Amino acid sequence: MFVVEVSELCKSYGDRLAVDDASLSVERGEIFGLIGPNGAGKTTVIECIEGLRVPDRGRIRVLGLDPVRDGREMRRLIGCQLQDSALPHRIKVREALKLFASLAPGASRWEELLEQWGLADKRDAAFGSLSGGQRQRLFVALALVNDPEVVFLDEMTTGLDPAARRTAWDLIRRLRDRGATVILVTHFMDEAEELCDWLAVMRQGRIIAADSPRGLIDRFAPGINITFSSENGDLGWLEQLEPVHSMSRRGRRVSLEADSDALVAVAGALFEHGLHPADLDVNRPSLEDVFLALTGERAADEPAVSSGEGGSGGSGGQAGGGPGGAAAGHNRAESPRMIKGVRRG
Amino acid sequence: MAEVLGKVGNLTWIELKLFLREPLSLAFVFAYPLIVIVVLGGFFRDAPVEVGPLAGFDMMESYVPAYIGLVIASVGLLGLPVHLAGYRELGVLRRFRASGLPPWALFGSQGAVTLAMAVAGGAVLVVTGMAAFDTGLPQSVAGVAAAFMLTVFCFTAIGTLLGAVMPNARSTLGFGLILWFVMMMLSGTDGPLPAMPGWLQTVAEALPLTHAVRALQYPWVGLGWYWEENLVLLGAGAVAWLLAARVIRWE
Repeated sequence: MFVVEVSELCKSYGDRLAVDDASLSVERGEIFGLIGPNGAGKTTVIECIEGLRVPDRGRIRVLGLDPVRDGREMRRLIGCQLQDSALPHRIKVREALKLFASLAPGASRWEELLEQWGLADKRDAAFGSLSGGQRQRLFVALALVNDPEVVFLDEMTTGLDPAARRTAWDLIRRLRDRGATVILVTHFMDEAEELCDWLAVMRQGRIIAADSPRGLIDRFAPGINITFSSENGDLGWLEQLEPVHSMSRRGRRVSLEADSDALVAVAGALFEHGLHPADLDVNRPSLEDVFLALTGERAADEPAVSSGEGGSGGSGGQAGGGPGGAAAGHNRAESPRMIKGVRRG
Repeated sequence: MAEVLGKVGNLTWIELKLFLREPLSLAFVFAYPLIVIVVLGGFFRDAPVEVGPLAGFDMMESYVPAYIGLVIASVGLLGLPVHLAGYRELGVLRRFRASGLPPWALFGSQGAVTLAMAVAGGAVLVVTGMAAFDTGLPQSVAGVAAAFMLTVFCFTAIGTLLGAVMPNARSTLGFGLILWFVMMMLSGTDGPLPAMPGWLQTVAEALPLTHAVRALQYPWVGLGWYWEENLVLLGAGAVAWLLAARVIRWE
């Protein structure tokens, strides 16, 4: 059953078409990511689903409810972290959580959230005195205060330091494991790859691709790059291997472009020829490469503080969107939720 | 119903605390009227009002209810709209809306805060008057209470309307201050209306505070309820509320 269903959503601001015929569906218990360059329409889509904007056209259902018609009922069941919002500067962290808990009948977990999101020692601090990361964590905590079935997180980790991002990821996974559905907008590809079970890529108001992170990589950035060093001048035989497409050399450094399953064949051939390079390496494409291929733009850089941390390179690719993510993605790849007109950017 | 009251109650409690943490609002609600009444008391102690319908009554007895009106106007013209416009500017209103807070809960809590501040500011004035200048309690407590409630109703509406239409907190403060100064000088809180030239009296009659001051002064000194002025406050408040409900923008 789809928890969120959007079909043929259109929304313009004046004469600018922000969302153009977007359709997507989110399954219960998954982490769904919406990625795309700035201005692609991600936030507009989310805000239409949250009922904060009224679509020009299209149909939206959240847990079977219409966000515009059944707004109040829906809001009891969802939690929203908004991109541009704030709290009164003089409100204290504890007061804010208590206030938002009071708006949601039956919510009583705010003390627990204070601990989980690392705000316990800031409970009596005024909102205005919090750092960017602390504010961000407070907003996520506020989104969770009513124990929502569907959680919307719009650029949740912007402004968080690397450690806080990792913690946030763990907490999001725990939310999913407890049965909540998470819909997140992000411009960090490592985050999307690490966290999301399913991704939709937006560009200029349209959804141009949707798949699991692994599936997107296989489709839009296929192949691997194998490198090693060798003194041997004649390596032409490597290029004869079937899964190898091309070879280039720079000094001792050899680089092969090959199919994603080529590593064993290449290693075997090297072994047969008596070569045992100690630096045989394989670079798998990441979501970053998919993003580049689909949108023609580089994804936003990670925040300066976290550069060098995190695995936006090959290591992230193997995680494939969390446990079971890749497999789940393949199973559903042919399901009706595939978006028509998906194409290469 | 309990749930609904709970929402407004919680929000009101927080809003009240936020109001008390705002130095500007404290200055206008507590400090300004206190300073003025002490200074005026120094000048006019035991002097009677010389002109107008209140002629013959003790000057300070007429100032206490007038300044209670001004306190309410301060909250309505400065505190409330600046607060609301700031909420919209910062995205707090969006945040509330995404959490399913109904608009009337926000308005209700603002009204409750205005009322609480008006009661507190009024009490400071009454107590100061009694302690320092031998002023008394209202002759008609019910009449003053009714006028007081209607004044709160009217200025909460005006404040909400201002907060709804002004683009941001700074411009709201600027515009609110202009209205506040004009009302303060012309509404009979800073000198008797009948002593002003005719055209200024005409302007004064267009200001809600003028009506509020009279509605409060009459029952206070013992001239009985001023029904017409109470109706003016009720009507002006209702119109402002309707307008505010129509034009309020959430972002």
